[in-house]
Amino acid sequence: MSQSVIARAAEATPPGVARRFRGLSDRAIAWIFVAPTIFLLLAVNIFPLIWTIRLSFTNFRANRPNAEVEWIGLRNYDRILTDSDIWETMQATAHFLCWTIVLQVLIGFSLAWLINRKFKGNDLWTTIIVLPMMLSPAVVGNFWTFLYQPQIGLFNYVVAFFTGADPTSFSMIGSVSLAPWAIIIVDTWMWTPFVMLICLAGLRSIPDSIYEAAECDRASKWRQFWTITLPMTLPFLMLAVLFRGIENFKMFDLVVQLTGGGPGNTTTLTSIDLKREAFEKWRTGYASAYAIILFVTVFGLASIYVKALNKVKER
Amino acid sequence: MTIRYTAPAVATALLAVAGAAQADDLTLCWAAWDPANALIELSKDFEEKSGHSMSFEFVPWPNFADRMLNELNSGGQLCDLMIGDSQWIGLGAEAGHYVKLNDFFDANGITMDDFIPATVTGYSEWPKGTPNYWALPAFGDVVGWTYRKDWFERPELQAEFQEKYGRELKAPETLDELKDIAEFFQNRDIDGTTVYGAAIYTERGSEGITMGVTNALYNYGFSYGTPEEPYKLEGVVNSPEAAKGLEYYKALYDCCTPPGSSDWYMSEDIDAYKSGQVALQMNFAFIWPGVEADPNVGGGKSGYFPNPAGPDGHFAQLGGQGISVVSYSDSQDAALEYIKWFAQPEVQSKWWELGGYSALKAVVEDPGFATSQPYAQTFLDSMAIVKDFWAEPSYASLLLSMQDRVHSYVVAGEGTAQEALDKLVEDWTEVFEDEGKM
Repeated sequence: MSQSVIARAAEATPPGVARRFRGLSDRAIAWIFVAPTIFLLLAVNIFPLIWTIRLSFTNFRANRPNAEVEWIGLRNYDRILTDSDIWETMQATAHFLCWTIVLQVLIGFSLAWLINRKFKGNDLWTTIIVLPMMLSPAVVGNFWTFLYQPQIGLFNYVVAFFTGADPTSFSMIGSVSLAPWAIIIVDTWMWTPFVMLICLAGLRSIPDSIYEAAECDRASKWRQFWTITLPMTLPFLMLAVLFRGIENFKMFDLVVQLTGGGPGNTTTLTSIDLKREAFEKWRTGYASAYAIILFVTVFGLASIYVKALNKVKER
Repeated sequence: MTIRYTAPAVATALLAVAGAAQADDLTLCWAAWDPANALIELSKDFEEKSGHSMSFEFVPWPNFADRMLNELNSGGQLCDLMIGDSQWIGLGAEAGHYVKLNDFFDANGITMDDFIPATVTGYSEWPKGTPNYWALPAFGDVVGWTYRKDWFERPELQAEFQEKYGRELKAPETLDELKDIAEFFQNRDIDGTTVYGAAIYTERGSEGITMGVTNALYNYGFSYGTPEEPYKLEGVVNSPEAAKGLEYYKALYDCCTPPGSSDWYMSEDIDAYKSGQVALQMNFAFIWPGVEADPNVGGGKSGYFPNPAGPDGHFAQLGGQGISVVSYSDSQDAALEYIKWFAQPEVQSKWWELGGYSALKAVVEDPGFATSQPYAQTFLDSMAIVKDFWAEPSYASLLLSMQDRVHSYVVAGEGTAQEALDKLVEDWTEVFEDEGKM
């Protein structure tokens, strides 16, 4: 019973393996086991990152491997940071990111709060609500383009039914003012269930005894929500925001299927723009600099956010 | 016993291996569209005569350039034969993706004089205007227009149009006439259905709006450089006349297209036309056999006309492709054999019969050609006025800039036409400077 873990592991180790490792220190054995992972990380993550940084200072084009590569210093960075078109795509991305997160958190939390109540058919409704997130983004993008069609699309007819407007009088994905909202609506429709599930986990982790104590203290439902429910689900909410933020920062497939980045550049998110630069225009050096700028931005923001999340969890 | 039975088996196996070495499996890469199906049918004759087998890799148009240029740029061996877009010829030649065909043509008696000159320049030559051939003209194509002849012939519409515009309702000869007709049909009730003027190219993601807007720009004086200065952009690309051409296209989009047509290219235009939504359709000529065969709009209900003239010229955007041998192929000899077979006049005649647009003069100059199909004369007239986009090695960058600038103005309504073309000049200047050509 009092046998140590090490002794038990030693007993369980086949004699062949033990013989092979005899004479090696624990540290050496640890390195042997960790080395493949480190090698893989270096090869798959670190080396490409360093290589990308190097390329970002050149005019390299991947479709002209034999062309002379020039070292152009910070020119790519200068071009990107002073390019008004890129700032427009950054704004489009920020607009998409902020609104999708706000809507998904609000609706997701509300749905979780409703679903958390005990009622008949609770499980069935949960399943129905999570269906959209099980679909492929490309499929969702494709069928929403039909839903948004002014002449045959259901969406326009629903809006027309409630507003009295002519369904062919507006085009969700063809209008400069509506297209950014069109992609927000679809992303919210698809990913709110994900936020709901995380919030539901948070709500179900709150012990009933806390609410019972609050009831004894005659705390109102409103007070219980602000002092118990919200603070205790906040780490879960923040986690959901982190996940959705990272996912939507690199959003590509859904938007490409829906709008192709148009009309004009109104829904061209940074990931779409970066893909065009890297794999359509083949400006590899320029695209590398673009990717590094985005990486630094996301890494910086995510680090600050994770620190805040940890502080909330510690409270 | 074993030896006695093994020896013939080995001999048979060796023969099979030898046979396999002679008969290659060729893969031909092209876009996934109607003519590709016709080519499968046509190629059966090659398989029969040569003993080689053919495989096909067809990619839908919106992803065609992306997919195939990646394949070429990575030195992939998927394709032995490539029917690549006309604008790829510069990259194909300079980056070493295509095999130069001059010696092969000379050795096999294939001469470019036998093909329509515009297709030779557009699909085969690099640098342009020089006798350096990298492809055999395979499929002649050009942007033209389809219209609802049955609607145009209705007496009540004829009378109303005559009264409103003071001229007969018929296929337009100028861009202004085209816009009048599109405006006339916009939101019109025909047989209880609301119809619209014209389906035009507006697609943002690949090449759509560029292939559409150039049909207006060329005819308003827009040009890719000048004969003396091929990379002169300032005052040529963004001349006030060119800006008027861009304004025209936007006006046509704003006044006379179906709602929601902000990202339309070939297939969307076809769908809109065949479903009876529009009176006019801009599209490449390859769709015409399909229109004629369609139960709703074919069989004499549709007419065809070349891109109408503008105030400063009469041109149409060239489409179509040449067939090239991919330099990374292990079956180059068999691929060249295919090209030799494909260049034969009788194969080209059959190609036209199956719905492929032959570029061989012997086929298109045949006395019976112009009347062989309702659209044949329009095809000939259109091929006589073609102009193509840049075919530079950096064509993808040039194209994406144009897509961006033009779509932002025409569909999104950002800025003015002059500003859009000025920005296009800036973009193109940057590309050519990076290339060391300016």
